[in-house]
Amino acid sequence: MDILVLMKVVPDVVEELEVGSDGKSLDTGFLRTILNERDDHALEQALLLKDKHGGKVTLLTLDAPDIDDVLFTALAKGADRAVKICGAGSVSSTQMAARLFGETIAKTPGLLPVDLVLTGVSAIDDLDGLLAAPIAQKLGWPYAGVVTQATLADKTATVVKEFAGGVRGEYDVPTPAVLGIQAAEKPPRYVPVAKVRAAMKSQTIESVDAPAVEAAAGVEVQQMAKPRVTGHAEMLEGSADEVADKLCELLAKRGLL
Amino acid sequence: MANIWVLAEAGRGQVSEITFELLALGREVATQSGAPLEAVLLGSNARELAQKLGAADTVLYADNAALADPVPENAATALAQLIGEKQPAAVLVPLTNLSVDVGVVLAAQLGVPFLNYCKDLKADGGNLTATCVLYGGKMEAAVTAAAKPAIIGILPGARSVEQGRSDKPANITDVAVSLAAPKVRFKKYLEPETSDVDITQKDFLVAVGRGIQTRDNIELAEELAATMGGAVCGSRPVIDQGWLGLSRQVGKSGMLVKPKLYVTLGISGAPEHVEGMKNSQCIIAVNTDAAAPIFNVAHYGIVGDALEIAPALIEKIKARKG
Ligand SMILES: Cc1cc2nc3c(=O)[nH]c(=O)nc-3n(C[C@H](O)[C@H](O)[C@H](O)COP(=O)(O)OP(=O)(O)OC[C@H]3O[C@@H](n4cnc5c(N)ncnc54)[C@H](O)[C@@H]3O)c2cc1C
Repeated sequence: MDILVLMKVVPDVVEELEVGSDGKSLDTGFLRTILNERDDHALEQALLLKDKHGGKVTLLTLDAPDIDDVLFTALAKGADRAVKICGAGSVSSTQMAARLFGETIAKTPGLLPVDLVLTGVSAIDDLDGLLAAPIAQKLGWPYAGVVTQATLADKTATVVKEFAGGVRGEYDVPTPAVLGIQAAEKPPRYVPVAKVRAAMKSQTIESVDAPAVEAAAGVEVQQMAKPRVTGHAEMLEGSADEVADKLCELLAKRGLL
Repeated sequence: MANIWVLAEAGRGQVSEITFELLALGREVATQSGAPLEAVLLGSNARELAQKLGAADTVLYADNAALADPVPENAATALAQLIGEKQPAAVLVPLTNLSVDVGVVLAAQLGVPFLNYCKDLKADGGNLTATCVLYGGKMEAAVTAAAKPAIIGILPGARSVEQGRSDKPANITDVAVSLAAPKVRFKKYLEPETSDVDITQKDFLVAVGRGIQTRDNIELAEELAATMGGAVCGSRPVIDQGWLGLSRQVGKSGMLVKPKLYVTLGISGAPEHVEGMKNSQCIIAVNTDAAAPIFNVAHYGIVGDALEIAPALIEKIKARKG
């Protein structure tokens, strides 16, 4: 079973985000990026399937600062091959990213055939679309999103999609297929730094040139800003003991204690 | 401007509440653009549900056996056919786990963008401007949606449910769609485990997030919950780690809770979590990051380490209770 995992980095929202001088995008000056959390789950799901069925896991990403670290980490976790698409510049449109991935998968010798293409179901910067569905459309393959379990047998992936209130749905998806992963069956595995360093020494990252694709259209950012806060908590200050006292007072006043 | 459409979400014999929220928002946009508001209901033997959508000027109701189960591919294909015939200006799609796939497959079929994370929408002349929530709630963007049609995913809570309900009899138009067998086959619903506590029935919830750091620290939350006869619940990463069961997840893919008191320990306040708890009567948030969005939702906030605040609180509550 061979699997292609599409990954991207997104701004780390633990850091303070600022709007850039154009007023329409993030200030990238001090921006720290991390692997999209859902993509980490997609990678884990691929590795779990590989553990069970064997086969190869290939990583495909758009080139970006820090992407090599992400790829070496994934290789150290057990992925077999890493390819980055270079020369597309900084791609902020998900629609555009989908075109670049779709075209690259279809045209690059040696990427296909695979049984599954997995990617995170969504990312915090997916403004003009989600990645998986347009790629499935381009390849002419079936698609399922918001997937939290996937098993493979007989040219069929049986997947569980999450709805709401704990209700889920089970589906049969003929392979090859594209899946948008919400969560892997197990938390993403941990890999020690030493293994990542070893991967950096022993493995290489391949590059392919970005294919020519039509520019994304139809969605244009006019302005970006931190949300205007309509309400804000009343902040309690002091030592742990002091705030605990204040909270108890408040709870008692509200009849909760 | 051409018609404004709302994709109604109906499953298992019920219209989801978000449908009414979208009808309320859709009505505003339709009024601004001088266009009719139409609801689209895709289902099988679901006329009864179509009758609940009287807030729309017209309900386009497609009755087809292939639309009985939640198969996004079928729903998207049906919508694409109707769009081809009727050329609406915009299709408002509920941003729920159930409907989002319909929206993205539809957009992919039509080759147009899927405008995501929209919390507000306005029509001005022939233009649609959306307000979209990005970076987990840390930024908002004003965005023009120029695609024809504009397929727009609307976040839960954009308007109130009541605003979109109507006693008016629905004006139902039957529409036909032709659907082939889908590639992806729905097999069955999997029900939530019922053996565990029902967090939707608790007056007091302690919600733990990634900031709790280790599985062992959840004991602290258990202890805090126990002081007031409550239960522990959590955000997605805690559930994904396997530290708490699926039935304890609050938010978009989990439970909707409205306890008297909701205390968060190390939860950032991502929109997908807030969706599930924002109607709690009293929300207290503990987070080390003063800029965490959870403080915009909470009634009381403490910037601090949950691992220090929780034990202090347990002690004080116990002392008060004697
Ligand atoms: C389709 C979809 C559905 C989703 N459904 C859900 C859902 O149902 N429920 C849900 O919760 N999420 C859901 N999510 C995920 C959601 O987007 C967020 O990723 C998630 O809610 C973040 O959880 P968190 O706040 O625990 O973690 P983080 O966002 O990582 O926040 C951790 C917080 O802890 C704080 N912190 C760190 N250390 C401490 C400390 N010692 N003391 C106090 N604070 C500390 C940090 O400042 C930070 O704010 C969904 C996502 C998608 C894409």
